[in-house]
Amino acid sequence: MGKHIGKSVKRVEDPRFIQGKGNYVANIKLPEMAHVAVLRSPHAHAKINSINIDAAKALDGVIDIFVGKDLIDDGVGKMPVIWQVPDNKIPDRWPLVPDKVRHVGDSVAAVVAENQYIARDALDLIQVDYEVLDATIGAKATTEDGKPLVHDEIENNISFKWGLGDREACDKAFEEADHVVKLDLINQRLIANAMEPRACAAQWVTATENMTVWTTSQNPHIIRFGLSAVTLPMLDEHKLRVISPDVGGGFGSKIFHYPEEVIVPWIAKKINRPCKWVATRSESFMTDSQGRDHVQNCKLALKSDGTITGLYVELHADMGAYLSSIAPLIPTVICITLFSGLYKNPGIWGETTGTLTNTVPVDAYRGAGRPEASYLLERIIDVAAKELDMDPIEIRRKNFIGKDEFPYQTPVAFLYDSGDYHAMFDKLEEIADYKGMRAAQASAKDEGRLVGIGVSGSVEASGYGPAATVGALGFYGGMWEHGGIRVHPTGKVTAFTGSHSHGQGHETTMAQIVADKLGIEVADVDVVHGDTDLVTQGMGTYGSRSAAVGGEALSNAAKTIRNKLVTLAAHLMEVSEDDLAYDDENGTVHVKGVPEKSKAFGELAFAAYSGHSLPEGMDPGLETAAYYNPGNFTFPSSAHLVQVEVDKDTGEIEVQKYVAVEDCGNVINPMVVEGQILGGIAQGVGQALYEHGVYDDDGQLVTGSMLDYTMPRADNFPMIESDRIETPSPSNTLGVKGVGEMGSITSPPAVVNAVVDALSGYGVKDIEMPLTSEKIWNLIQTNGG
Amino acid sequence: MSHKISMTVNGNSCTGDVEARTLLVDFLRDHLDLTGTNIGCDTSQCGACTIIMDGCVIKSCTALAVQADGSEITTIEGLANSGELHPLQQAFWDEHGLQCGYCTPGMIMAGVGLLGDNPKPSEFEIRHSLEGNICRCTGYQNIVKAIQTTSQTMEGGA
Repeated sequence: MGKHIGKSVKRVEDPRFIQGKGNYVANIKLPEMAHVAVLRSPHAHAKINSINIDAAKALDGVIDIFVGKDLIDDGVGKMPVIWQVPDNKIPDRWPLVPDKVRHVGDSVAAVVAENQYIARDALDLIQVDYEVLDATIGAKATTEDGKPLVHDEIENNISFKWGLGDREACDKAFEEADHVVKLDLINQRLIANAMEPRACAAQWVTATENMTVWTTSQNPHIIRFGLSAVTLPMLDEHKLRVISPDVGGGFGSKIFHYPEEVIVPWIAKKINRPCKWVATRSESFMTDSQGRDHVQNCKLALKSDGTITGLYVELHADMGAYLSSIAPLIPTVICITLFSGLYKNPGIWGETTGTLTNTVPVDAYRGAGRPEASYLLERIIDVAAKELDMDPIEIRRKNFIGKDEFPYQTPVAFLYDSGDYHAMFDKLEEIADYKGMRAAQASAKDEGRLVGIGVSGSVEASGYGPAATVGALGFYGGMWEHGGIRVHPTGKVTAFTGSHSHGQGHETTMAQIVADKLGIEVADVDVVHGDTDLVTQGMGTYGSRSAAVGGEALSNAAKTIRNKLVTLAAHLMEVSEDDLAYDDENGTVHVKGVPEKSKAFGELAFAAYSGHSLPEGMDPGLETAAYYNPGNFTFPSSAHLVQVEVDKDTGEIEVQKYVAVEDCGNVINPMVVEGQILGGIAQGVGQALYEHGVYDDDGQLVTGSMLDYTMPRADNFPMIESDRIETPSPSNTLGVKGVGEMGSITSPPAVVNAVVDALSGYGVKDIEMPLTSEKIWNLIQTNGG
Repeated sequence: MSHKISMTVNGNSCTGDVEARTLLVDFLRDHLDLTGTNIGCDTSQCGACTIIMDGCVIKSCTALAVQADGSEITTIEGLANSGELHPLQQAFWDEHGLQCGYCTPGMIMAGVGLLGDNPKPSEFEIRHSLEGNICRCTGYQNIVKAIQTTSQTMEGGA
């Protein structure tokens, strides 16, 4: 280990952001740039009889207007689904729909004009003759006979069914159980709402037939592949450059290949002018793929002493009107594989039905399937604890996988790498003073106050993922990562990563890894990401994979550089390589035991480029590229404890105390890791208490603005106490595990458990998220307030 | 019909020809190329476009450029003094008060406004004063800390 990993290095990307110099797609301005606006369907389900663009086209400043047929006739492809499950029915999805709209916000026509104001004026002048059809909503309800079909060819609106586990062991567990807990849950629709709305710009150069696309993507190389292989096959991959510059948050919603990424470059080529489209927030609400939306029917089997023996889950997942890029993965593979949680449980079975409705498509949103798994498990265990009169931590501890049982094979496919769940909860109880909190809660109760304490713990699969495994499970690509290192002749370094930072701080943490492994300073490493012309290949950032996969790739590349430096130094110093040591403190190579007999890092870099004296067979230059394909996922875990107080008169919930202990293995930058945890918790508390994407029976999104969709704000939180334990992952040499999604996975059940605990005097077993004050107030009134 | 407007932005005199409906934020971004002020929601909800106009913290997506005629405006680009960061910019950096950076200019401007009005705010006051600024990355904690540390180190507020 060198001198940089494990240090809270201040972020090198921050100076540009705090001075307003972030380079977001919306800021891109090119000569002759035209502006694109997209006409959105106001109906959830309607046949398009005709589109009249005459009046709009006559507007001064309008350059052209296009409809679905224009793109299809020119060879534009359908939007691809790149993670599929067996026998899934994939509905057609065109960048501009030619015949029928299937959700409010579906794309109907595109205007290109001299400025954005004119483009939007023109939208109002397009006349679409819609024949409005009945809509279908509701993950489970949409499968009923007689419901309107979102796509005529997909019966009962069922796209797929997928199950995992040991059904026989599960059935046996319930036959032999002393106690069975039943719980029906809804994991509500969420809307990611990254603060930067999606945007896309494109420039076509006729003379060279090169296309450049700037897009707000978490994975520009995948977008380049999608465009050149599927949606815009008239573009050649090697002449297509996709750039994701500074991206203002993603949380999963910017993984996917979106229609506008097809429409904008297609128009730019068509009119031979640079074009730009920037979503309004309303468009973000109507078109960014959304999250969650499960109906979960769950049963837990236990012995009378609290030992868990089985879990049975029937899950209906609302996929929206189309399958977004990796949507089939989310409620299946990535979700059910975590039904074992922190616990030994021999009898698990889960089955998902993926259904179609007239709503915005649903795909990955921070946690992506894992919060849905954690929520049902951590809620039903809490209910079990109440029914068996056990402390919620006691029942969890009774079932923990022991620290000596790793690697641990669960009955739902995963081989957990490492962990120490008892130590994690020891720390949680100690920091929170759990016993003291319970005593204070009892006193509060005597005063008639409604104070509740909730705990939860979860494990997640991060570091997606071994190429063969993800391939076998339905992914079209391989989830390796690329890392390149170029040492310049002066000894300064450029590092290239296929991971993409949209807030995570890779320019700092990846530089820490490279500087650490080469024994140089962080300031001497510049990290390049998000540009397919500069970074050879990449799979991007999602599934908490950047450190464990992208970081490991760079670490491996650094090892190759080190080896070459040692070989070169041995040649120049005329000693055996075995007699040399690499100094992690300053990057020099010296004779073992004789530190003054050395070659400096910069000296060796220059020698490599001068090529005046190289060992037999060594080429000049000092750069390398590594592809790293992980052998396993990594399995971070966490434990959260929350105290809330409910106001009897208003139903308002105050989060009074929040303690989080995480285990993400070795830590590259503690400050950045804590930042990820705090942000994840805020999103999870948002799900528990505030956020809900609501559609009415006609498929209208009634929470289509930040006025109606409640985002968590600064005054919703106390100061959160966050700490760690570290059980290094054996899956990579850095010993790291993903941390980006942990906070949002563990927090919703902790908060809901706390509120249910506060309301235990009212006989409350469960409350549906989000726990709005209206819902709580009604519950108190109904149950004898 | 276009309207001639002039204003002082970050100490510089600026003029422009705008439509009556041109939003102030679009004037700053598209006409003056001051793209540090971001647009997050178009509806006054998120605060990404927060600037200071004539001493008041405002959301520039909900003001017309013509309303700013004759005014004095400070945007994020005008906060650093001859290359030296404003103490609150420095504190956002030191305290890890940002991740993706998109809400950051608005957050910093809102924080500068708060410290101008109330140089020693309590945690409660800081959190309430930020109600109009949404951050999706940080969970707000380190933003609150940045304002707290700035308040402790600055003489007489912003």
